[in-house]
Amino acid sequence: MMDSAVITVLIAMLGGAIRVSTPFMFVGLGECLTEKSGRINLGLEGNLVLGAMTAYAVSYLSGNAWLGVLAAGGSGLFLGALHGYICKLPKVNDIAVGIAIMSFGTGLAFFFGKPFIQPTAPRLDAIALGDWTGNAALAQALQVNPLFFVGIVLAIVMRWAFANTRWGLIVRMTGDSAASARAMGVSVDWVRFLATAAGGFLAGIGGAFLSLYYPGSWNQGLSSGQGLMAVALVIFARWDPIRCIWAALLFGAAGAIGPSLQSIGISQGYYFFNAAPYILTLFIMIASARSKGAAREVPGELSITK
Amino acid sequence: MTIANAGFEPRTRNPNVRTLKLAETVVIPVGALVASALLFSLFLLVIGQSPIDFFALVWVGGFGSAFSIQNTLQRAAPLMLTGLAFAVPARIGLTIIGGEGALVLGGFAAAAIAIPLVSSAVAPGITLAIMAITAMLVGGCWIGLAGWLKHYRGVNETISSLLLSYIAIAIMNFFVEGALRDPASANKPSTMPIGDAYRIGPMPFSDVHWGLGAGVVLAVALYILMSRTTFGFAARMTGGNPRAALAQGLPVGFLVITCCAIAGACAGLAGFFEVAAIHGQANASLVAGYGFTGILVAFLARHNPLAVVPVAILFGAIAAAGGLVQRRMGMPDATVLVLQGIIFVVLLTSETLYGRIKFFQPGTGADRT
Repeated sequence: MMDSAVITVLIAMLGGAIRVSTPFMFVGLGECLTEKSGRINLGLEGNLVLGAMTAYAVSYLSGNAWLGVLAAGGSGLFLGALHGYICKLPKVNDIAVGIAIMSFGTGLAFFFGKPFIQPTAPRLDAIALGDWTGNAALAQALQVNPLFFVGIVLAIVMRWAFANTRWGLIVRMTGDSAASARAMGVSVDWVRFLATAAGGFLAGIGGAFLSLYYPGSWNQGLSSGQGLMAVALVIFARWDPIRCIWAALLFGAAGAIGPSLQSIGISQGYYFFNAAPYILTLFIMIASARSKGAAREVPGELSITK
Repeated sequence: MTIANAGFEPRTRNPNVRTLKLAETVVIPVGALVASALLFSLFLLVIGQSPIDFFALVWVGGFGSAFSIQNTLQRAAPLMLTGLAFAVPARIGLTIIGGEGALVLGGFAAAAIAIPLVSSAVAPGITLAIMAITAMLVGGCWIGLAGWLKHYRGVNETISSLLLSYIAIAIMNFFVEGALRDPASANKPSTMPIGDAYRIGPMPFSDVHWGLGAGVVLAVALYILMSRTTFGFAARMTGGNPRAALAQGLPVGFLVITCCAIAGACAGLAGFFEVAAIHGQANASLVAGYGFTGILVAFLARHNPLAVVPVAILFGAIAAAGGLVQRRMGMPDATVLVLQGIIFVVLLTSETLYGRIKFFQPGTGADRT
């Protein structure tokens, strides 16, 4: 009896982690790219919400969910480019601009999203990976959206690109020392602008997952701070794309503990599991703030580590 | 680095230079507001609405009648307090964005401590005083913790205050859904209502609650503290150059933590007024985004506590007009959010203009005294 309850919870957590982690993955990878170039974008919450709205609207109007995903990326690209451009100007505080972009993005999404709260748009299909197990709960948990795999492949490509390509090296160098990037004839502003815009694009796609797959509809409370959590996630993952995937899965699983315990009748502490990633990240920041090992992994130009 | 410099402007006796400096800090934000209004008008024209109608409605909804003025001031009160919660640490060079959490936790603490006091029929005046003090203490400790982590552990205060903000909201939800839940609150889990007898009343001659009075008084008090006392001077000096401040033997740790605690106390007090004057209990309505709008208010006020008051009233008016715009023009209630977002983005972009407009830059040499 006890065993089956534990298994139920574990399967629910696995399913929850796979379902919930995809938006975390995309905002996390986007933020990782931006921060690697030495800039922070606190506005990804806005990209996520606007992306979700755009994806739903475009999917509804065009009848093609993947077109919605692309449009969501485009809206994220727009906000990311806006952030990147404004931060290029001298004397502008990038953290404050991030919050501004967040409120601008959510404002736009709520404004244009009003007519799309009711209708039902075509949604993304999942790939059933668990049918062979013969276990209904497990099969349901293993209904995986293709975007999940796109995120994982993207992380591997990013990790490889940071380490092995000329572009990856330029981004890392710009993030570590603007002076040496300039000495090499690299335009710091331009690299950061591109990295911020590309990061915004990824966050927009994360938003598309929210409205087109899980929870799978558009409403104003769709993203409860998941975009802001990206900042915590990247610190947690110490600026490594592969670790971003693990962190996203962990954050997703933490969020799924509450509901899965509820399914076997334990309803206490629901909200603390949701807060667990924040508490964990805070402790990691405290523990690593003045350690030399962590300092090696942090992009040197990043304002949040100074 | 803008924030650090904003609080540290060299004083000069030359009246001409001072006037130009003052003119710069007024003209640039006002110019940004005008530019935002123009951009938003463009937005309205694109979607086929009349900008003139819109701004006329904002005026009517914000200041057009005694009722709308009171509505405006009602909404301005928490914005003043959360604006101060960003402005004061900004003077010492800290970007604290966790005002929302301090507001929520302060409001929750006030509602929680009211439960035993109300049930044992302590006098309303004493109960409210204890509630307010609790809210300020809890909020102050919460943001003070971010300050402590910054100074003694080197943890970035922006991110830590943001994380603390989410933890605060989780703490409130945990208790409101569990141990402190009023069984009667079926759809919206809340703490026990404090009861009408314990609600905070309106100020004399108005329907506006005392939060507005507290906001104005605190703004003046914090202005005096930051610009007319040794404490304020030391804080601004630390904001300008922390290394120099340490070298001068200033108590930097004390200054940082105190400024953060003041900020948290302001936000916590805002939470107290939301509970004691508006909702009568603590629930998810406390998470209304006042903490984030307060950041915008503080930026437009150039981190000057006195300027926070009129700016908060301006944003109170925009928020108050939202309902009217929705009804009369058939536009979504998020319209004012778009306007706020545009103002926020344009305003921060305008920061780049400081010191770059020739007109405001007095020539060197002759003007130096």
